[in-house]
Amino acid sequence: MNILEFSLLIWLGSTATGFVGALTGLGGGVVLVPFLTLVFDVDIRYAIGASLISVIATSSGAAAAYVKEGFTNMRIGMFLEIATTLGALLGASLAAWMPTSVIAIIFGVVLLYSAYLSSRPLPEQLDGGPPDPLATRLRMNGHCPTTLGPQSYRVHRVPLGFSLMALAGVLSGLLGIGSGAVKVLAMDQVMRIPFKVSTTTSNFMIGVTAAASAGVYLNRGYIDPGLSMPVMLGVLVGSLLGARVLVRARTRLLRTTFALVIVALGFQMIYNGLTGRL
Amino acid sequence: MWRRKRPWTEQQVEEIVGNLLRGGVILAAVVVVVGGILYLARHGGATPHYGVFHGEPADLRSVSGIVTDAWSWQSRGIIQLGLLLLVATPVARVTFSVFAFVQERDLTYVIVTLIVLAVLLYSLIGGYW
Repeated sequence: MNILEFSLLIWLGSTATGFVGALTGLGGGVVLVPFLTLVFDVDIRYAIGASLISVIATSSGAAAAYVKEGFTNMRIGMFLEIATTLGALLGASLAAWMPTSVIAIIFGVVLLYSAYLSSRPLPEQLDGGPPDPLATRLRMNGHCPTTLGPQSYRVHRVPLGFSLMALAGVLSGLLGIGSGAVKVLAMDQVMRIPFKVSTTTSNFMIGVTAAASAGVYLNRGYIDPGLSMPVMLGVLVGSLLGARVLVRARTRLLRTTFALVIVALGFQMIYNGLTGRL
Repeated sequence: MWRRKRPWTEQQVEEIVGNLLRGGVILAAVVVVVGGILYLARHGGATPHYGVFHGEPADLRSVSGIVTDAWSWQSRGIIQLGLLLLVATPVARVTFSVFAFVQERDLTYVIVTLIVLAVLLYSLIGGYW
């Protein structure tokens, strides 16, 4: 297989990944690294570098559309980005000395956890109790458009949310993923921000978080242009198409199928990590 | 430009941020496509070797090296420049937010945003320029 065929296959695979990732809302980044390492036998460090780049592309591309709809809360996003960027720097530095087999195992566990989160409907959090005084001081409480007109919401448990965000940042820097699942968990479940605001603000933050580790990756030589080119272009095209189709697609079956694929990839990553093949 | 008579409304800020992000991604993608076509035309017949990690050569690891390579029309340098533009997009967004919070006279968030910007610049440039 020469570079032309290799690039074409990677591009097709990345397009499919980005498409399904956007359609199911599970994000494509999380299956990109297993796809590159398990199917194409790419070293996990190159795979993580290419995946991180594609994460920035999809995040910025989608955020451009979301920001204008008025769901994104820039104050919450900016404040929590302190946690995610510092976490990402730490994660990217850890990636440098951690054995790749350990990274593969952590990756597998994160895959299994993402599948678990997506299979279980998250309980709707009601806006109970007074907001965190810290949130009020930081002017995080806001309002979002609903079918009944603008609805106000209040933000809770800022310190716990902030800590979870730091963890999301570490995982993003260590594994080259957006860790959108952990981010939404922190905002939706812990800080009790409305789901739509959580997902769009999370997406908004992913690009900045990934940019914090991208510098470290670049300096370490993890970002290969020949590999990142088809991956980035494929994921970008796929996720844009996915977002278009999303409105009319029935995604339930697709979500279940995709979750099963993620579980399979998760076990495979753990197995390869344990046997030292990655 | 920052000394407008009327401050931006929240909606205008969101509008500008949205356009900034979209413009950055489009520009980056165009540069990557140009570099990619050159790369495939020149090296498409070679064998890929990603199974073993070597790390990138030094010139593709630093901002100045990438710019030099791209300037001399090396295909891998051009792709890497496109990727660098992509990474710079969120950084530009954060930089813009600093100014937006300054003109809202929101000192807390000016500081918050400057911290985020400092972390990003440290990662991107810190000691490796």
